[in-house]
Amino acid sequence: MTRARWFPVFTLAALALALSFLTLPIVAIFVDTSPGELVESLAEPGALDALWLSLRASLAALAIIVVVGTPAAYFLATRAFRGRSLVITLVELPLVLPPAVAGIALLAAVGPSGILGGVVEDAGVQLVLQTAGVVLALTFVAAPFFLRQAQAAFGAVDRTLLDASRTLGSSEARTFVQVAVPAARPGLVAGLALAWGRALGEFGATLMFAGSFRGITQTAPLAIYERFGTDFTSALALSAVLVAVSAALLLSVKLLSGPTSLTGAPARG
Amino acid sequence: MLRLEAETKLAGFDLDLALEVPVGSCLALAGPSGAGKTTVLRILAGLLRPDRGRVSCGEHRWLDTAKALDLPPERRGVGYVFQDYALFPHLTAWRNVAYGLTKQPRHERRRRAHELLERFGVDHLADAHPGTLSGGERQRVALARALAPTPRALLLDEPLSALDARTRAHAARELTAVLAEADVPTIIVTHDFTEAAVLGDEVGIVDAGRLVQRGPAAELAAVPASAFVADFTGAVVLTGRARAGSDGLTRVELDGGGEVVSTDARTGHVAVTVYPWEIALGPAGVEPSGSAQNHLDARVVSVTTIGNRARVGLVAGQPLSAEVTPASLEALGIRAGARVTATWKATATRLVTV
Repeated sequence: MTRARWFPVFTLAALALALSFLTLPIVAIFVDTSPGELVESLAEPGALDALWLSLRASLAALAIIVVVGTPAAYFLATRAFRGRSLVITLVELPLVLPPAVAGIALLAAVGPSGILGGVVEDAGVQLVLQTAGVVLALTFVAAPFFLRQAQAAFGAVDRTLLDASRTLGSSEARTFVQVAVPAARPGLVAGLALAWGRALGEFGATLMFAGSFRGITQTAPLAIYERFGTDFTSALALSAVLVAVSAALLLSVKLLSGPTSLTGAPARG
Repeated sequence: MLRLEAETKLAGFDLDLALEVPVGSCLALAGPSGAGKTTVLRILAGLLRPDRGRVSCGEHRWLDTAKALDLPPERRGVGYVFQDYALFPHLTAWRNVAYGLTKQPRHERRRRAHELLERFGVDHLADAHPGTLSGGERQRVALARALAPTPRALLLDEPLSALDARTRAHAARELTAVLAEADVPTIIVTHDFTEAAVLGDEVGIVDAGRLVQRGPAAELAAVPASAFVADFTGAVVLTGRARAGSDGLTRVELDGGGEVVSTDARTGHVAVTVYPWEIALGPAGVEPSGSAQNHLDARVVSVTTIGNRARVGLVAGQPLSAEVTPASLEALGIRAGARVTATWKATATRLVTV
């Protein structure tokens, strides 16, 4: 081996170590579970309910995140204003919040005795111990992932493209829909995938804020935790299903967004 | 008539500038990078709001800061060709062109887009994405896109600078034809005086946010208002028809009479450029000796002293200018009305196809 070649070999070895460390536990879930156990675990009461609830709640959270988060991220990326860094920091704060703290914080804010509890009650909305509460918890923890990515994606869009759209007779709104969003699409999809992944795996905030009631607030991770205490094989099997479903969903999001985001190569300007 | 008066603070200097461009006329704004040329275009298009100013196009009033009037870009109807063309990467060429056609029905937009692409000779690329097009092809698509909604004014920011030297000459020729056809006020921004002279009916020299001089290119070179304009305008620009000579040199028959030779190989219609400091003056009617092959009999129309040198404006069929020392002025008796012979070398003669 020549002296010049050792560094690429070293980086490759580091990658091999990281890859095996990160994938071994996931592989173990599947190796430890027989296909029969997988099917059996799905047949158990509550298993399919939990998966279905996870899917519905995370999709509802994603819808809220995309509808509110996309224009919000566009504003943050394209406008210069006093206190912009502060706003960005505040928006990203839930990223570093421990999930249990997020749950407590939500209770303190919109729980029955929280600072906005009265307002929520007057509006006739039930959050605590309700599916709506799950959606709220998922939105709270997952939104920063999307906002962060979307803001970076919009920030990377060539500003002269937006200017060109305006001189061609398009309003700011049409420019956003027809130029900014398509140009930022790979980044937006990546943010969406991250947020969805985070929402599907959410545990702490949901448990603290919405509780763990079968069919109402018990998402797949909560169902796994419940089984963990009584039946490890069943917990393992449900885990395997959740991993497979999550992986399939994320992969399909990336495939739908075209080859650019799958290879991770930046979109052509 | 496109009119602009604007004052605004920029990093480093204040922009303070007024200009007018009649319908069907093209003003080329030339100046060094960072002089504020692009800022002028952005103010005209409504992409930048000046601290104080007024912009109008015909009877349409676009901006009047005193009356808090500021029409957004989409309501001004300006055709803007950006420096790097700014084609939408996610749209095919024809959809880029059709983008500004919001009021027509679908099939009409498509027809108009194809019609424009065909006019610019790139209709075969209608379904290609900008990322796969060459610089010259992108420039044509960008022009077609800017012209599609039949703009009230046309603004072009360095339309040729993204092209390589070979494509540029051809693109410049095409652009002159397009501009001659466009029946709207046009402003072209360029950092190259020769390009400005070739593309503009008039040239305006911009320096540090001010329009320091404006007029026909030859006049600016002949009678520069300041040392800056003298340095920037640099080259004399003559037009003529080039053909290959038997000696390996190119012979250019000048429009308006006279012939010059150049070491550049070009044929057809060309712009001949030569720097005033390359041109020597001698007494009229005396065949100069030496290696220089180009001699034109000329009449002195102006003498402008710029520091320790003098710019001599001449007419020899076409206007040109020479730079000599004040001592030579004295020795040769050069003053307005005097006749002289202008002499320069074939190697100092650049040809640009137009």
